[in-house]
Amino acid sequence: MPWGEFKDVAAERRLFQRRTMVMVCVVLVMLGLLVARMYQLQVVEHDIYTTLSDKNRVQVQSVAPPRGLVYDRNDELLAENRPVFGVTLVPERVDGMEETLAQLEALLDIPEEDMERFQRRLREPRRPFQPIPLRYDLNEEEIASLAVHRHELPGVEVSAELVRYYPHSELTAHALGFVGRINREELQRIDPVNYAGTNYIGKSGIERFYEDLLHGQVGYQHVETNARGRTLRVLERQNPVPGEDIQLHLDLRLQRLAHELLDGRRGAIVAIEPDTGGLLALASVPGFDANQFVTGISVADYRALSTDIDKPLFNRALRGQYPPGSTMKPMLAVAALDSGATTRDKTIWDPGYFQLNTGGRRYRDWKRGGHGWVDLTDAVAQSCDIYFYEIAVEMGVDTMYDYLSKFGFGEDAALDVSGALSGLLPSRDWKRAVRSEPWYPGDSVNLGIGQGFMLATPLQLATATSLIANRGHWVEPRLLKSIKGDRSTEEFLPPGGHSPLELKNPDDWEFVVDAMAEVMHGTKGTARGAARGASYRMAGKTGTAQVFSLAEDEEYEEEDVRERLRDHALFVGFAPVDDPQIAVAIIVENGGGGSSTAAPVARAMFDAWLQDFPGEEKALVSGTGSGGAIDAE
Amino acid sequence: MLSKSLSTSDHPLSRPRSLWSVFHIDPILLALLLLLIGGGLVVLFSGADRNIEVVKAQGIRMGVALVVMLVFAQLDPAVFRRWAPWLYLAGVAGLAAVLLVGVGAKGAQRWLAIPGLPRFQPSELMKLVMPMMTAWYLSRHFLPPTLSRIAVALVIVLAPMAMIILQPDLGTSLLVGAAGIFVVFFAGMSWRLIAAFAALVSVSAPLMWFFVMRDYQKQRVLTLLDPQSDPLGAGWNIIQSKTAIGSGGLEGKGWLQGTQSHLEFLPESHTDFIVAVLAEEFGFIGMLVLMAVYLLIILRCLYIAATAQDSFSRLLAGALTMTFFIYIFVNVGMVSGLLPVVGVPLPLISYGGTSSVTLMAAFGVLMSIHTHRRMISA
Repeated sequence: MPWGEFKDVAAERRLFQRRTMVMVCVVLVMLGLLVARMYQLQVVEHDIYTTLSDKNRVQVQSVAPPRGLVYDRNDELLAENRPVFGVTLVPERVDGMEETLAQLEALLDIPEEDMERFQRRLREPRRPFQPIPLRYDLNEEEIASLAVHRHELPGVEVSAELVRYYPHSELTAHALGFVGRINREELQRIDPVNYAGTNYIGKSGIERFYEDLLHGQVGYQHVETNARGRTLRVLERQNPVPGEDIQLHLDLRLQRLAHELLDGRRGAIVAIEPDTGGLLALASVPGFDANQFVTGISVADYRALSTDIDKPLFNRALRGQYPPGSTMKPMLAVAALDSGATTRDKTIWDPGYFQLNTGGRRYRDWKRGGHGWVDLTDAVAQSCDIYFYEIAVEMGVDTMYDYLSKFGFGEDAALDVSGALSGLLPSRDWKRAVRSEPWYPGDSVNLGIGQGFMLATPLQLATATSLIANRGHWVEPRLLKSIKGDRSTEEFLPPGGHSPLELKNPDDWEFVVDAMAEVMHGTKGTARGAARGASYRMAGKTGTAQVFSLAEDEEYEEEDVRERLRDHALFVGFAPVDDPQIAVAIIVENGGGGSSTAAPVARAMFDAWLQDFPGEEKALVSGTGSGGAIDAE
Repeated sequence: MLSKSLSTSDHPLSRPRSLWSVFHIDPILLALLLLLIGGGLVVLFSGADRNIEVVKAQGIRMGVALVVMLVFAQLDPAVFRRWAPWLYLAGVAGLAAVLLVGVGAKGAQRWLAIPGLPRFQPSELMKLVMPMMTAWYLSRHFLPPTLSRIAVALVIVLAPMAMIILQPDLGTSLLVGAAGIFVVFFAGMSWRLIAAFAALVSVSAPLMWFFVMRDYQKQRVLTLLDPQSDPLGAGWNIIQSKTAIGSGGLEGKGWLQGTQSHLEFLPESHTDFIVAVLAEEFGFIGMLVLMAVYLLIILRCLYIAATAQDSFSRLLAGALTMTFFIYIFVNVGMVSGLLPVVGVPLPLISYGGTSSVTLMAAFGVLMSIHTHRRMISA
């Protein structure tokens, strides 16, 4: 032995071989344990893990339905969807979140609110590899610069989604409303399943009113994804049901004309097709670009819009409540005739003022010195205040309230125009409740010329005018003309429910219509200048409403103050007299007199609707042989 | 008792020698290893998501490892015995150097970068040197060893182990320690002592928990006990690998058809977790085949050990074989959720060079032991 010790080689070998046998047993037992473990996982619990594996790889994704398109009556597109690009980050794949965000901020303009939202989402628990949106609505330049720097920015991705776009937004923002990102309150009331893939919801106008119709039904797809959430292939797909495309009564040409006619001023134009109640134009000037609101307007832009002295966000057509002034006279004439407060022939002497009692307060006529002897036709044609003071006192507030409410004042009679206000139709009860005062005869005098407490929106004035054009037949104003799919309009358009205004002598309608025609065509008619040279007969009524006050905190240039203290110019009317195709209500804020400012606007609207547009269509039909738009009339 | 005087290679009484023994190759072991490596490359192609470059790189590594194995096979076991103490000292010095000036990543220092030499891991070297050293020390004296020798042997084992734990590298330290302990076991440490040590370990486990284990290691143990407690964090790997294995079923989803690995749910699918790919794609049957190949390799190696001519060779061969087995058990146990996650690759299949070269060197040693025989005592 090299080490000088006794070694029993054979004994050592036997010892080793015994130990080796022990180890063989250990190996067999432990490998058996591993095999048993595999058997447990792969055979006994196979079903459990198969389910887990499928759940892993197969994900159910919601597919947002494309929102229904909105057309005008001539199939002009008013609201469409276009792809908008946003930037998202997958935190697991980002090398250094701080540096990446700093680098992105150098490339893009990231508003603080977006950054805060991103940081909040980053802290919330989530599935690994789920992208978090950082900013929406990238412009092409930003997309390009992201593409250039893409290799330096792992985990940063540009994604696309379909977003509402209004091609004529300055013209249509007030009529259509707009969509915006779903906010927290809306999240409470929407169906979470159907909106699973949707980011936008109708915020106002048609978009809000027909949300259910326009939204459609969510679709699903089963997709195979990898652990990073990237979709590899679609296994099964249930397509979303797109929102219904709808057609409005609105005529973009008329809408554009309305904006042009009021350009540079503030006001509203509402045009109704009396037969259908269809709103042909619903213009509030100035308008604004609703596209800014869709993806979220910046604080600075919003401040600029909301503090603009011209209040572009204010929907004057639906929410502007003005004293209607003399435009109320045709409706009051109907009321006076039907209630017997006056007759067609009754004449009164107009000395230029009116007193309730001798020696009392003098209520002045707009014309100094008065109109002399006037009957009801003269009183309408020349807008004689004295005549209406008298019949107002004769009728009293209750009668006037009854009739005026049948014309739709004091209520929102429109079927599908969301956000319209009701104006104010005063009554005894109202005054007692709100003012804690009794109704004085003087209040009736003021109501007789549409002043005092009375307030009406342009939409209400157009509705009432349309009722006269229809000779008492009620057709509530509406925007929805048809649904392009299979759904019926009745299913979504609320029922009207107004019963017709029937007069004891239906002929009285013609009498009042004639008096309104006299406004336009009579030798002393207040709007005779506006109707000069017309090839058709029209009916109308001018009005002027006093501007009472300015809010004290508003500071205007002196020039502005003078301009903005001028009276509002109003006009209501329809044409042609015998077969009314269009009824309008016009208000030009601080426009001065109704006859000089508002009536010519109405004439331009009538001309366009009755002569220019049909002429265009005839030319179009003969030129191309396409008859698509001909039934629009 | 005649062994020393009779030389081996050119003795006139030697049997007609086959080509195998000229090159000191054990054909049975070589065939089993080539089968394992070849099958491993097939699985790797799938685990690396059809990246042929990965398979090529691994193929080259395996080629290098085979050459290393052949080189070791040519050396006489006596060479290993002579060099064992010096290699051991060099290894311990290397480990000390790693702790002082080592380089590494992810908070662990494992590599030693000596200018002019390729970077290497002294701890990897210790996997071979440790059983050599322990076998050298114990085989100098009669077996079974006395209590005091066992104590010295344990110091020989524990010192490098502690240094590797400090790097920290639990997996390697475990393998290095196992290699040494198996030598002590094969040397004939009495069962009573073994029982005493087992008792000591179970008592010291709670102390380890509070004083030695790092937070991430504790987390791994906790995760093993309840992977659902942190399904997106530490539990993710184990849930996904169990899902891969379980969904493979009896026959598997087919080669390249594993959804767990190809859809990137399975982490480390071409390195430590590659057995889950095999289990998913080839099923329980595939796992049985793999285990059978491993078992045959182990049995062949234990046979080599049992038939070796001297105690040093026996102890060395037995310990190297059992270390190989520990690789398998720890890796498969970890991937299937039986053991905590420890960085131990599946031997000769997982992608990666260092451990493959070490393992093949160990098989080279085994072949050397088997083919450098002295005639009479065979």
